[in-house]
Amino acid sequence: MQDNHNNEGGAISQKSAEIVTAIIITLFGAIVMWDSNRIGAGWGSDGPESGSFPFYVGLLIVISGIVTTISAFRADSKELGDFVEHEQLRMVMAVLIPSIVYVAVIGFTGIYVASAIFIIAFMMWQGKFSAIKSILVAVPVNVFLFFMFEVWFTIPLPKGPLEAMFGY
Amino acid sequence: MEEINALMGGFAVALTWQNVMYMFIGTILGVLIGTLPGLGGANGVAILLPLTFSMEPTSAIIMLSCIYWGALFGGAITSILFNIPGEPWSVATTFDGYPMAQKGDPGTALTTAFTSSFVGAFVAVLMITFLAPMVAKFALKFGPAEFFAVQLLTFCSFVGMSKEPPFKTIAAMMIGFALAAVGMDTITGQLRLTFGEEELMRGFDFLIAVIGLFGLGEILLTMEEGLAFKGTEAKIDAKVVWQTWKKLPAYWATFIRGSLIGCWMGVTPGGATPASFMSYGIAKKFAKNPAGFGKGEMEGIVAPETAAHAAGTSALLPMLTLGIPGSPTAAVLLGGLLIWGLQPGPLLFVEKADFVWGLIASMYLGNIAGLIVVLTTVPYFAAILKIPFSIIAPVILVICAIGSYTVGNAMFDVYLMVVFGIIGYVFKKLSYPLAPMVLALVLGDTAEGAFRQALLTSQGDMGVFFANGLVGGITALALIMLFSPILSKLWGMVSGKKAAA
Repeated sequence: MQDNHNNEGGAISQKSAEIVTAIIITLFGAIVMWDSNRIGAGWGSDGPESGSFPFYVGLLIVISGIVTTISAFRADSKELGDFVEHEQLRMVMAVLIPSIVYVAVIGFTGIYVASAIFIIAFMMWQGKFSAIKSILVAVPVNVFLFFMFEVWFTIPLPKGPLEAMFGY
Repeated sequence: MEEINALMGGFAVALTWQNVMYMFIGTILGVLIGTLPGLGGANGVAILLPLTFSMEPTSAIIMLSCIYWGALFGGAITSILFNIPGEPWSVATTFDGYPMAQKGDPGTALTTAFTSSFVGAFVAVLMITFLAPMVAKFALKFGPAEFFAVQLLTFCSFVGMSKEPPFKTIAAMMIGFALAAVGMDTITGQLRLTFGEEELMRGFDFLIAVIGLFGLGEILLTMEEGLAFKGTEAKIDAKVVWQTWKKLPAYWATFIRGSLIGCWMGVTPGGATPASFMSYGIAKKFAKNPAGFGKGEMEGIVAPETAAHAAGTSALLPMLTLGIPGSPTAAVLLGGLLIWGLQPGPLLFVEKADFVWGLIASMYLGNIAGLIVVLTTVPYFAAILKIPFSIIAPVILVICAIGSYTVGNAMFDVYLMVVFGIIGYVFKKLSYPLAPMVLALVLGDTAEGAFRQALLTSQGDMGVFFANGLVGGITALALIMLFSPILSKLWGMVSGKKAAA
């Protein structure tokens, strides 16, 4: 994600995180300004054009992004310390990466199967639970969710081959 | 006395057995949401919102607002028993609540917190009952310029009052406005910021942002801190409650101060958290025994809890009367109202009086229901926190994913939720405030609409925002709020120089 500054267990320093984020925000603001300017940010025949309000919003983003970037550059990196330590980053990734995989799998298996697999994998991997215990949590939770949404509230959620087998 | 009659009518609406049942379900869900990490008032209500679409609007909003009261109560449980504030405004409650629980008095600490919350909320509801119709009547005179000025005031107060650096607050807020602009422009029908992507044409739903920012983002932060819930057992019986209630009237002054601070700060946005700290600080200053603060003083629980709840409740006043929510959760409730075709604002009091008074009556009843629920069920909720995080975390993430899907029946929203989760984590760590971003995302379209209409009537003359005493006064106040960090610094320099000379 960001470049690694290895100093005393810190994976990413607070200073570089501040700078990178502020620059991304500035760029975001610039894109907003550019696109708003494209569709017209002036005064049309029927009042302010579509792009005028977002244009100034973008301008304010760029200004605050630049100010934040400058003050981040001027800050003392030792005083700021770390954005995340290695161990913390590992823990965060241990949640984030499975979550991303989980969300990606929903498209193929439907939400209930993906959720069950996600809970089982997470419990076994992070919580060191046995496979049986994990299944005993994941399956009832998802069966409950299935009945709650599909049957009681009749709100259809993404379903896959397994649900199709049961005729849903 | 008109209000009393209207309120009695409201009680008649709210007091059907179904609505009372929804009240209890709502508060129980709310307390649950308030105690679980990664689920708070805002995203809890956001996730449950789609489930209420099939319900009757009055019942639905009663249940949703009861979830809110429940979440406010729930935050105190984790603060006192585990020293983990469930919500930002319960941070000040940990100062004295946790030491008191450690000293072997968790029951007293919890009873004190719940009772104070109840009193704070009750005072705020009283204020809403009598002030809201007046504000609404006054706001009927508002034109687009006045509405924009009030919104400007809301957003400027964020800059002026937040602890975060002003430019980070502005950046976060403006990102919210930019995201709100994505999709079709409601006035001209032009597509904005979509870059030809079909998925972006629908725009960003703020519910997705709320679920991502406060759900996944919060889980990532919790994960980082490592999870060791070291808590005290909670037992509350009638005797403890009775003995605590006998002691509480002695702190009547703290109750009054806390409620007033809370009501004042709650009407202005972002109030609950600073209100709780301010109330705690003032209580300490006036206390007979200030040295006991931080070591388990009863007054140290009364002060922040009263103020936080008064603020949390009074945040609904601007939401109902002006359509401007004072907190992210109030914003989600506003989103709910819009989905049912109820446009909050002064006209709501005229056109849907039944609904408004039913809701206000349900605030009284919901808080009583909340107090009963928390006093009787605390041990069960405390037990939930004993469930290992490696079970709770994936289940909450699954709930977040389902919640984001149901908002618009789109997989794209689920992916967006993950992106917002990452943004929430990074922003929280770099102290970019999330509340103004969410409020800007909610209010973006109406603020822009008011701004454009005002400029249209004035043919582009910015002077319309100073055209008369009313709009000029609000705009001026907004600018004072915006520049208040600089003004207070200047004031400090001037008065400092005087003191030196």
